[in-house]
Amino acid sequence: MSVAPAAPPSAWVDSRPRAVLRLFSRIGTFCLIELQKLRHDRTELITRAIQPVLWLVIFGQTFSRIRAIPTGDVPYLDYLAPGIIAQSALFVAIFYGIQIIWERDAGILTKLLVTPSPRSALVAGKAFAAGVRTISQAIVVLIVAALLGVSLTWNPLKLLAVLAVVVLGAAFFSCLSMTIAGLVLRRDRLMGIGQAITMPLFFASNALYPVDIMPTWLRALSHANPLTYEVSALRGLLIGHPTNYLLDFTVLIVAAIAGICAAAALMGRLAR
Amino acid sequence: MTVEPAVEVTGLSHRFGDHLAVDDLDLTVSPGECFGLLGPNGAGKTTTLRVLNTLYPPQSGSVRVFGLDVRTAAMSVRRLLGYVPQQLSIEGALSGRENVSWFARLFDVPRRERAARVAEVLEIVDLTDAADRLASTYSGGMVRRLELAQALVNRPALLVLDEPTVGLDPVARDSVWARVQDMQERYGMTVLLTTHYMEEADLLCDRVALMHLGRLRAIGTPNSLKAELAPDASLEDVFRHHTGESLEGQAKGGLRDVRGTRRTAQRMG
Repeated sequence: MSVAPAAPPSAWVDSRPRAVLRLFSRIGTFCLIELQKLRHDRTELITRAIQPVLWLVIFGQTFSRIRAIPTGDVPYLDYLAPGIIAQSALFVAIFYGIQIIWERDAGILTKLLVTPSPRSALVAGKAFAAGVRTISQAIVVLIVAALLGVSLTWNPLKLLAVLAVVVLGAAFFSCLSMTIAGLVLRRDRLMGIGQAITMPLFFASNALYPVDIMPTWLRALSHANPLTYEVSALRGLLIGHPTNYLLDFTVLIVAAIAGICAAAALMGRLAR
Repeated sequence: MTVEPAVEVTGLSHRFGDHLAVDDLDLTVSPGECFGLLGPNGAGKTTTLRVLNTLYPPQSGSVRVFGLDVRTAAMSVRRLLGYVPQQLSIEGALSGRENVSWFARLFDVPRRERAARVAEVLEIVDLTDAADRLASTYSGGMVRRLELAQALVNRPALLVLDEPTVGLDPVARDSVWARVQDMQERYGMTVLLTTHYMEEADLLCDRVALMHLGRLRAIGTPNSLKAELAPDASLEDVFRHHTGESLEGQAKGGLRDVRGTRRTAQRMG
């Protein structure tokens, strides 16, 4: 057994990994932790699947029949499925900030903040860990959609791109949640705000209906809503709906980075 | 050439709003010693530790850890530290081993050594048999030992323990202290701790400092402090002498502590 040095080992200072490597290492660490937690408790996967299944089975099938929403030659259920994937990812991510408040109350956050990890790396790690959780969610919804007869792509590259879109969306919305957590500092308040903003985010997007049929004011909101770009990209990849991938991915990446910066800036408040 | 102190605090003050938590504190801890920071609730002990471990940026004065300034070299300071906060802080949804491995990764323990290092610290704190159980099934004493393992996995030069035995039963308390002493002997690391238990500080600490209302009231070896007061004084008497048992300082600190305890209680159900 080696003996820890009592004097400052200056070599340690030089041997620390480069910032970018450390960022990826932290992201990998938090994703792994999320997978380990999921492995220990799988019930959440099932309970979380109930809502999207209801949306597809009840809402989707009913609205397919009444043909109230103009989706061109695409069956409404096919049109809806990517929207529900985005929605279930949003629901997971928007409450992710609760975890950071829990970790704060439990003193875990204090310990994380004094590891050699910049705050932005911790937030990025958590943001992508939220992505891991939503991937598991997205897969469940994909399977349910396929069982309901939605004609989805089976191109593995496109499916990988679907996961990338889901992760980016989750990164943004979990950072939004962590930012709110940094502002309100309390679980119950975060729950309230999360619930208050989830539905507006969902309805002011193209998840349920095309942007074209919205009133002008709602259309403006939906263009400012990253969820719209997430749904567009998913719809393009999964059912071949036309979209501008460059715009979709740019918005999602910029939103995720902005979210990470905002949440990292507020971490100091959570440290107190 | 003189040896670099493990901790050197000079003129440190820290305020929260209009409450002055630490007031012009000077403190030096030598490498290899076990140093106890004592004082009633609200004395400023935890705040001092939190500036030292880089959680709070110093507002005025300077804090150096093995010569590194916490203000300018925070990342390097963090690599030298192991920290156990006052609350029981583990992730109950993970196993004990996963909890430790998590921190091994966050401290960049090389992949090749990681598994062995994690097993080694779990062995030191006597949790090898329980390592693969969910940490939510652990008792209070086991949680604290798991936290020690987490704090040790990066082989810190300085171990910082904030009230490591508060809320533990006497048996669990003894076992935690035994580990701390064992590790100190094994690795020659410096230990800086806070505690309410005077008899423990007397037995374990090479030197102690008494804080009250943010100020340093006395510092020295337990024996010298006792001898200064009276021939047969206990450290408890020294404590009373310097804090005057005054309650005025307890109000604010008391509330902060209560909040922390309540959080822990809520979480542990």
